[in-house]
Amino acid sequence: MYEAAVRAYEDAGINPRKDVDSFVTCAEDFYEGFAIFDEFVPDQLGAMLKPTCTICADFLYGLATAYMQIKAGLADIVVVEAHSKASDIKTFGNVIKHAMDPIWLRPIGSAHPYYLAGLEMRLYMHGRGIREEDIARVVVKNRGNALLNPSAPYAAKLTIEDVLSSPKVFDPLKKAEIAERADGCVVFVLASDEVARRLTDSPVWLRGIGWWSETSGYDTASFSALYAYKAAKMAYKMAGITDPAKEIDFAEVDDRFAFKELQHIEALGLAKGPDLPALISGGYFEKDGEKPVNVSGGSLGCGNLLECTGGQKALEVVLQLRREAGRRQLDDCEIGVAQSWRYLPTNSGAVAVFGV
Amino acid sequence: MMASSAPSSAPRAVKKMDWLRACPPYAPGTYVREEDIRGEKVTFIEDRPDLRYSWTAGQAISRFLNGLKEGKIYGVKCNKCRRIMVPPRVFCELCYKPIDEWVELKDTGTVLTFSISYVGPDAEPLPEPVIPAVIEVDGASPGMGILHILGEVKPEDVYIGMRVKAVWKDEKEREGAITDIKYWKPLEMRR
Amino acid sequence: MEKISGLKFHKKRNVAIVGAGMTLWRRRLLETGRELSYLAVKQALEEAGLTLDDVEAVVMGSAPDAFDGVHIKGDYLLDGAGGSDRPYVRVFVGGGTAVFAPIAGYWHVASGLFDVVLVVCEEKMSSVHPHAQTAFRNIWDPILERPLKPNLTWIFAMEMRRYMEVNKVKHEDIALVAVKNKKNALDHPCAQLPGRITVEDVLKSEPIALPVRRLDISPPSDGAAALVMVAEHLARHLTDEPVWVTGVGWCLDTTWWTNRDLYFPRYVAEAARMAYKMAHITDPRKQIDVVEPYDPFDYKELHHLEGLGLAKKGEAPILTREGVTERDGDLPVCPSGGLLGVGNPISAAMGVKACEIYWQLAYRAGKRQVKKEVTTGLCQAWGDLMQIGTVMIMSNKRP
Repeated sequence: MYEAAVRAYEDAGINPRKDVDSFVTCAEDFYEGFAIFDEFVPDQLGAMLKPTCTICADFLYGLATAYMQIKAGLADIVVVEAHSKASDIKTFGNVIKHAMDPIWLRPIGSAHPYYLAGLEMRLYMHGRGIREEDIARVVVKNRGNALLNPSAPYAAKLTIEDVLSSPKVFDPLKKAEIAERADGCVVFVLASDEVARRLTDSPVWLRGIGWWSETSGYDTASFSALYAYKAAKMAYKMAGITDPAKEIDFAEVDDRFAFKELQHIEALGLAKGPDLPALISGGYFEKDGEKPVNVSGGSLGCGNLLECTGGQKALEVVLQLRREAGRRQLDDCEIGVAQSWRYLPTNSGAVAVFGV
Repeated sequence: MMASSAPSSAPRAVKKMDWLRACPPYAPGTYVREEDIRGEKVTFIEDRPDLRYSWTAGQAISRFLNGLKEGKIYGVKCNKCRRIMVPPRVFCELCYKPIDEWVELKDTGTVLTFSISYVGPDAEPLPEPVIPAVIEVDGASPGMGILHILGEVKPEDVYIGMRVKAVWKDEKEREGAITDIKYWKPLEMRR
Repeated sequence: MEKISGLKFHKKRNVAIVGAGMTLWRRRLLETGRELSYLAVKQALEEAGLTLDDVEAVVMGSAPDAFDGVHIKGDYLLDGAGGSDRPYVRVFVGGGTAVFAPIAGYWHVASGLFDVVLVVCEEKMSSVHPHAQTAFRNIWDPILERPLKPNLTWIFAMEMRRYMEVNKVKHEDIALVAVKNKKNALDHPCAQLPGRITVEDVLKSEPIALPVRRLDISPPSDGAAALVMVAEHLARHLTDEPVWVTGVGWCLDTTWWTNRDLYFPRYVAEAARMAYKMAHITDPRKQIDVVEPYDPFDYKELHHLEGLGLAKKGEAPILTREGVTERDGDLPVCPSGGLLGVGNPISAAMGVKACEIYWQLAYRAGKRQVKKEVTTGLCQAWGDLMQIGTVMIMSNKRP
């Protein structure tokens, strides 16, 4: 946390002890193994004796909090942090299971809760007519894209056959379609417009932010990433985007299960559901395609970073817009979208629109 | 009592009921006693989650723990604010910069505050009271304390300002943990 | 009610509280966490004269997931809290959530993004066995502190001893707070441990971690509370007596609690300073009419009064002894009965902190209403390892 924060402060040219008004950390107790996680946060961020709080949500929700604090006039500069120390968790399946409703869902069977994703995947494929090859293509694309990303631990050159032949651990969900866990930390510094213009010549603007929750119960949800659709609607309205398929240049969406990428692309309005199979095989979402999605390698390539997932996506969008993405750099991008989901077994997520 | 100041074109007239004068007007909820659960009058579900974590100690604490194994207490120094801190950390949280050097501290100290505890971590009663204390370690800046237990002293004899010394485990029993110090015992007693 | 929909983008708007609700507080309630949230929300919306359709966003405050035994507790509770199909977020700063959740609600509205926000806090401490304290095992540093098998009351006991030593305060004076609050709680319909006790009773009660004894501590509770916060233009339509949020502040101190002198909560002082600045308060002792500081232990009320600048260091016990902090005194403190009398469901303590100040300023506290005229009130909460102070100041004067 300290290392990421120091780099962020250097990049922004600020001293956290003096300049930062508020700190937001995004953490869930059981992912950390501590109760009351924000106890352990202030010193590493330079937040000792300053306003600090915890949002129990993904990084993008932290951005939303920072946005609201600045807009409410409570702060001029806000620091948002999220991290994953997934390697500390020895019983990850049980931690996810612990999030399931204790009365209705948890007692059913003793399998690893990823079967919930398997259920959703089957419904989605059936409803949209998407084949296993289309989803396998997502894995190939993302892990291939990750080869150009020095931060990505799971980059690999795969073929569709490799993915299709990986074990069906939660039929139809295959092992290769599930993002492996990783550790990491992302820190962002946000500022109000006057302060941002003072600190830098080329700020990247948070043009719109939205978050939405559909319902608690996994068994009563719509299984259509409705949270992403509504969160995007909120964020687009704020950003003044009326035709996302045309106006958004590229996106980083949550692909911690490969089929989710397609669900989210549709929910974000980047393409119409029925068109997806054709678009995928035509390379529409590849790095050199019309609408690059997950150029960073996504979570399949960079790893499942728990609540920092949104941070990884937002970071990529910002790097691309600043033209600092190295060999992954896309040409001509002005508006990018980062989207994340709160993972199993929730139906909540957030969307952030960035622009220059 | 109707609001007189609301504009007549307001879409809904303001409701004011007399019971609003005493809020909360009612207390919803059903009280359940321990006996009701044990007597199985209430349906319940039990779940024993198996959640295991293994945390990395980090650079500073790892070094601190290794020091404990050797029978030494280490602190760190920040040259900017000149504090000598314990437990050690890789950066100074006041100055927000990396610390500059490691310093060996003594294994004696002063009691800053203490308590006589009759309950264990699960609120279960203890057969013998435990005496936790915050002990300011000699060699560190004033106020730099660590949490530990006092021993070889009667509860009624402990006082703030008492001088204490660490009692270590035998060298071969030490494992590089805070429990390598068994407890702290008084150096002298106040008359 | 005119249908409120869509997002607005104004700067620095005034925010009012127009409704509050809370459930019964007991050691163990039958209802699930979702049901408790629902009951509190229902009451709050009734008072506000709104329905769930009018609510644009929901903020949930809920303390360690370990109590309810559900990871990502926020999402588990959202159906009951009215969070379905709308923006919903859970905030959590330990015990400070009781006042931090309303602060988060405040910035939801003040930022211009929403006009009607529901703030809900829920806690079910009875789910965890063998005792709620077990969940607190995890707040300690796993390497330096947990091996010593600490109990949560240790920190309080040590802080209390330090406070007593530095300020030369006797336990008898501290016990007066427990006596006062439990007496005040007799008038609260949700109270768990109201009663008439004496200083003797406190000093003779079972020792837990000396100097803390059983009657010095607030009980663990199940309960929920809710608040409705709206933007200015709506407040005036909804009610004659909106209560305005005039100041907020929150501050977190270092994790290294053993490096701090515990007798004075500087993080509370910092948080209060921010809130006073925002509310344009220069002389808190004169300008604040009623206070609900966080009182999980009786000495904490005194500790916090001094941290808030409402009493000089060491003065708070004197004020208590002289009756200044009674309901008919010059500076009523914890007129609700506080956590000592009504119960301590960690974050749902919002019910006797923020909700109580709201009810007092709206003159709706019934038998608990303080004698003097009130314009400005302050509620404060505290949490973590002696770390966070959260403060909110409200007023019933037109902004």
